[in-house]
Amino acid sequence: MNTEEWDWETSEKCVAFKDWHQQFEWVEEPYVSPDGEIIAAIVNVGEGEFSICANGNIQESSFEKIWRLRFTPDGRLTALASDAGEWTVTVDGAAWENRFSYVWNPLFSDDGHSIAVSFQQDGQYGMALNDVPWEQTYMNLTDAFLSADGQHTAASVQMIAAGESEIHKFQAGTISAAVNGKAWDRNFVNVWGKAVSHDGARVAAEVRLTLYDYTIAVNGVPWEKTYSSVWEPVFNPLSGKFIAPVRQDGKWMLVEEGQLLWRKPFHQLWHPQFSPDGKNLAAIVATEFGKWSVAINGQAWNIRIGELITDMVFSPDGRKVAVVVKDNERWGIAVQDSVWKNTFDMVWKPVFSPDNTHIAAKVEKDGKYTIVMDDRIWPHTCDAAWDPVFHPEGELLLFRTIEDGVYRRRVIPIRGIWG
Amino acid sequence: MDNMAAKPDETILDEGIEKGAALLTDERIEKTILRVLNTEGGARIKVYVDTCVHCGLCAEACHYYLSHDNDPRFSPAGKVRQTLGEMIARKGKVDREFMKKAAEIAATQCNLCKRCAMYCPFGIDVAYLMSVVRRITHLLGMTPQYIQATAHSHSVSMNQMWVREDEWPDTLQWQEEEARSEMPKLRIPLEKEGADIMYSVIGPEPKFQAQLLYQAAILMNAAGVNWTMPATPGWDNSDMAMFTGDSELMGRIKRQHFETAARLKVKKIVMGECGHAFRSVYDTGNRWLGWKIPPIPIVHAIEFYYDLIKEGRIKIAQKYAEPVTLHDPCNVVRGGGLHEKARYVIRAICDNLIEMHPNREHNYCCCAGGGVINCGPPYKMARINGNRVKAEQLFAVKARGARTLIAPCHNCHSGLEDINHYYGLEMNVKFIGDILYQVMEKPE
Ligand code: SF4
Ligand code: SF4
Repeated sequence: MNTEEWDWETSEKCVAFKDWHQQFEWVEEPYVSPDGEIIAAIVNVGEGEFSICANGNIQESSFEKIWRLRFTPDGRLTALASDAGEWTVTVDGAAWENRFSYVWNPLFSDDGHSIAVSFQQDGQYGMALNDVPWEQTYMNLTDAFLSADGQHTAASVQMIAAGESEIHKFQAGTISAAVNGKAWDRNFVNVWGKAVSHDGARVAAEVRLTLYDYTIAVNGVPWEKTYSSVWEPVFNPLSGKFIAPVRQDGKWMLVEEGQLLWRKPFHQLWHPQFSPDGKNLAAIVATEFGKWSVAINGQAWNIRIGELITDMVFSPDGRKVAVVVKDNERWGIAVQDSVWKNTFDMVWKPVFSPDNTHIAAKVEKDGKYTIVMDDRIWPHTCDAAWDPVFHPEGELLLFRTIEDGVYRRRVIPIRGIWG
Repeated sequence: MDNMAAKPDETILDEGIEKGAALLTDERIEKTILRVLNTEGGARIKVYVDTCVHCGLCAEACHYYLSHDNDPRFSPAGKVRQTLGEMIARKGKVDREFMKKAAEIAATQCNLCKRCAMYCPFGIDVAYLMSVVRRITHLLGMTPQYIQATAHSHSVSMNQMWVREDEWPDTLQWQEEEARSEMPKLRIPLEKEGADIMYSVIGPEPKFQAQLLYQAAILMNAAGVNWTMPATPGWDNSDMAMFTGDSELMGRIKRQHFETAARLKVKKIVMGECGHAFRSVYDTGNRWLGWKIPPIPIVHAIEFYYDLIKEGRIKIAQKYAEPVTLHDPCNVVRGGGLHEKARYVIRAICDNLIEMHPNREHNYCCCAGGGVINCGPPYKMARINGNRVKAEQLFAVKARGARTLIAPCHNCHSGLEDINHYYGLEMNVKFIGDILYQVMEKPE
């Protein structure tokens, strides 16, 4: 996503979104391109007939059903669409060549160049990457995965048919992982969340070997040690190994290929995440029952949050961590062990400025949306808003909002935000 | 089926229990029991078991005991004595045959309904103790076949009914299309990030009861609710792992449910008329993960209907005329205190509510809950015979005029249908949502 090439000159561009409602039977919730140039929505153009309207222009093709309208990170407008009982993916109005009995769960690579979906064709299941379906299909598929670089697809697949009541057959292992369509040569009781090494050569997944023994399998080979539970693995870019939270003796700890990574166990530990440079490792933890915090390199922050911590994000330099918190029924943001004083009805994932100095997020209060930056609230109340985007040099902010039925793309100097 | 009736001395053959037991050694049994007693359950189990003075006050609280002519083996304290009490007394040195009986008692002769705990002077929670027995039998691999199969479904598909990932959104889209013949602009908004409410249901709805999804969609659209349903796993709020003692799996499916709601940035999860799922998301599952309260607030359908009617967002065209009675589901009434809200809703939509007795938090369990109905056909008659007292309670309210039996819980609903049929009650068993859908004003 090269934000430098976006239009940072024009201070405001508008689209009269409200007018669409007169034009169509109904207009579904709109989506906005990352660069803010396009607002689009699924629209009903007649009984049982749908299309996509982008900046007021209706796409030529219409379908019986359209859903999951989303922009890829590189700004292409995608949707899942169906006609005459067949489903496909549309990208900027053009349908994929392949048609399926059903298609769901679109996944995008970080750069947006790759689009993967899960498909079902005549009762057989697989994934398709950029309009290329897996050659091998399976009798069932779950937990589809696309690598961040868009090169590898993987999913949990069923290898052996077992009747619902054949519990012992199931427990002998009927499930494997298929990577780029090809199944591992070993079956497990279960296969869940996956991760891939940066070179794409190894895929790791949470597996259950028996009803009680959980571990991580890499390319189908389980770690030697088993645990009473595990959460999804993450690739460690510095060591080249996989890490995962594991549960032992009623506590959660972080291990790397079976070796203890953090000395201290936690009551809960999940969503481990490496900083962009791989040097710091953070996780959402509960230090004890009902007391949530963030641990960085094994050390928990001092703050304790009662209800929920989510949407953890590292600053680009990897030195700061921000999270969304929920405490006493209010949503907020915590950065570097400190909770902002403003609270909201809802808070979206915080966004760091490229120079690591500012943090902004979309927030909701009393049914209206705005942007909060560095714990100060932008004094505009909007009917809709999307995540703010910082200019690569950090001096400007892109705001994408709907106010009084008008979509506005605003470029605002950071210094001028507070009016 | 009748030849499968649970006479107290008869053991029902269940493949899950039998095959699991065949693999057991005395050593494994002992080790597993001691592990659970000493590490997982700890002090609470021992205090409960030691505190019981065998006064018998809990006995009359239990529908199994009452329905089996006061056979002490079916009393709450009796069930503890035959299972955990012995395990503790013998320090885990019990054999395979003992464990088979213990598995059957814990899984199929207790609904974990907690009625008995209200009558015990010491507040001893026999439901909890039976859950401990289930945990032990899970770790020993001897859970009844049908409910174990359901746990397997949860583990693969993250729902109770092996609903495949594509079948779920496909079913919602089909229901949306159907409902458009009634409300042309109706939507079931999938994956609408930032909606106020995520609506979640249990696996049987898309599998067998799609009309419930249809009705919910009409209700949401008529009331103008800003709602969504996830198109991904995480949509199902049910949880048989909670009842098999597979806590690790329970945690996994609850995490997915709550993280799906968090991903969708909803402020609340509204759930359909289900009782056990309420227990799982409101109490047991969230706690196992470390969440003291549900991280995204949970609103049971009863409470949701209450709010919609109270705020005037749903108007009633004409009330339901046939006299109704209400079965208070254990999990949402004893467990969630929703009994007065349920009555408010029913009085708003029905002409005549006739109370059964006992009622509210004292109501008798349906005998289906706690995973018992999920143990499947082998135990169907054990369930029906184990709840003769419910049939008597219903005959009494029928004699006072009630014709429709409202059961705002899936398990209760199915269990009461069996009681209704077997004992020849001939009542109409309905969800609140069935009646609400029938009587509400539906905008064009
Ligand atoms: S079925 Fe209910 S009353 Fe009977 S022992 Fe179990 S929890 Fe107690
Ligand atoms: S009422 Fe309480 S003390 Fe009395 S027998 Fe029952 S569990 Fe034991």
